[in-house]
Amino acid sequence: MTTTTTTSSQEVAATPPPSRRSRRRDADDDTRKVNWWATALIAVCSLTVLVPLYLAVSVALKTPEQVANGTGFELPWPIRLENFADAWERTDFPQALLNTGLVTVGSVFFTLLTSSVVAYALARNLHRRFFKGVYFYLLAALFVPFPIIMLPLVKQTSLLGLDNQAGLIVLYTIYGLSLNVFIYTAFIRSIPIELEEAARVDGASTWRVFWQVVFPLIGPMNATVGILTCVWAWNDFIMPLVVLTDPGARTLPLAQYVFQGQYNTDYTVAFASYLMAMAPLLIIYIFSQRWVISGVTRGSIK
Amino acid sequence: MTTLTEAVRTTATGEKKRRATRMLNRGSRAQSTYYWMVWPALIAFAAFHTLPMIIGIFFSFTNYAGYGEWNFVGVANYLNLFRDDRVLQAYGFSFLFAIVATILTNVISLTIAMGLNAKIRARNFWRGVYFVPYVLAILVIGYVFQFLFSNSLPKILSGIPLFAENILTNPDWAWTAIVALAVWQACAFSIIIYLAGLQTIPGELYEAASLDGAKPWRQFRSITFPLISAFFTINVVLSLKGFLQVFDPIISLTNGGPGTSTESVTMLIFRGGFSGGEFAYQTANAVVFFIVITIVSLLQFRVLQRREADFS
Repeated sequence: MTTTTTTSSQEVAATPPPSRRSRRRDADDDTRKVNWWATALIAVCSLTVLVPLYLAVSVALKTPEQVANGTGFELPWPIRLENFADAWERTDFPQALLNTGLVTVGSVFFTLLTSSVVAYALARNLHRRFFKGVYFYLLAALFVPFPIIMLPLVKQTSLLGLDNQAGLIVLYTIYGLSLNVFIYTAFIRSIPIELEEAARVDGASTWRVFWQVVFPLIGPMNATVGILTCVWAWNDFIMPLVVLTDPGARTLPLAQYVFQGQYNTDYTVAFASYLMAMAPLLIIYIFSQRWVISGVTRGSIK
Repeated sequence: MTTLTEAVRTTATGEKKRRATRMLNRGSRAQSTYYWMVWPALIAFAAFHTLPMIIGIFFSFTNYAGYGEWNFVGVANYLNLFRDDRVLQAYGFSFLFAIVATILTNVISLTIAMGLNAKIRARNFWRGVYFVPYVLAILVIGYVFQFLFSNSLPKILSGIPLFAENILTNPDWAWTAIVALAVWQACAFSIIIYLAGLQTIPGELYEAASLDGAKPWRQFRSITFPLISAFFTINVVLSLKGFLQVFDPIISLTNGGPGTSTESVTMLIFRGGFSGGEFAYQTANAVVFFIVITIVSLLQFRVLQRREADFS
């Protein structure tokens, strides 16, 4: 891969307003005729995404009788909003939301701080044996499946008193390191070192160079890593399931477990609870959709 | 080319990436600051990732139940694994599931991605819709699917016996419902990767091809597919690896049932290791699983990479 392609693709990736870009492309570059067959195909197939979401909303607004007598797809009428109040109480929603929010924000914060620093040190020293070794060590860990560390890890976290929200933050930060360092390193290596040299000539220390010169420049990658970490920490199930011991510490996905078993037929309340668990991230996504997609794309494509 | 592809490649082949490096003090030792930036993270990573792994490998040679005393038993755990029907069944299920789900995910997402890449109305809106499953917890949306399969479909499709009797309680077909859920979610990410790949192909190539009289299928075979093969490789490798470790969709849909017919390896390790008193035995299982996954990933890379066209 040549340096030119790297920089040009980064320039493209770093341009924030994709809306304007794509509109321009639609208007000028893309002189093809509108493909109505493709539009129809895309519209029809998108039902597979939308139908389960509609089902979730529709059941959450129904009364238990309506659900028992129907398929779940009928329009909910009259609307029953008490489902949400019930779900709020039964899952201890504020607590679960707080736990998940805390874990997610904490993980994103510490991930951005640590992964970028490590990646910077590695990127600028990859020609040295020690740093190259560390780099490949972290990369190799990408291939280790979670089940192999799962059982001993649980012993270790409970021994260290990390079987709580703080422990989850630590684990997400550490386990994300492999992939994040990889994403950052490729990007940092493409930043011209002259920028740093100029700062160094002015007497800035390496830390200062990193925080004041490099960190602002890797903004797009911070967004990417932040999004990936956020979605992972918010939605993850298996790690909280095995690590957490105190029921008060449980995260949103874990809280949905309440509805399996004893309240098995209580679909309306359960669905209200599912909606509330999915809503925060979904709403954030709807408002930052293009930004999220371009962020995720940037993380996987160079 | 994707960064991830490269990651796997460089680790898989040990190939050294040669690049013109212009460093400040090349050749000499790095500043101590750089070491300080790396050491803490390195120690933390070793302590929480490598150490548990080594402990796991260690205990896989014992008869530790998760509590109490333990003795070395040599490779007995490993030998027993190959005689354990439940373990073999879990591997059978995981592979069947992963292969079917990988094929479906890649066929569907490539199709959708090509549709999104065509000139269509409201493209950004549709792209946003298809990416929605990525931000949903698969466990939670899985419960919605569970309702769909156990309550809605039996009423809507009451004419089809398979669905009328709740497919989730059917030992032979419950796995297809899990495939549906897993593919539903995995497609979101794959579509975006394929779409990014498709957008790297210059439109002139297609114009030239149609001038030469190439039909759409021929264009796909000779232009589209070769040019996105790197994206294809990464998608296939990542999805297969992810699907082999399937856990959340099973928990939400069947919980491994009926019986143990939809029990995956991850689930077996989780169940046996935590509540079954099989700590050592299931860590041995996990070690084998690790080896299997690594071999599968590397094999895939060898095979798929050979097919990749190199136009760069």
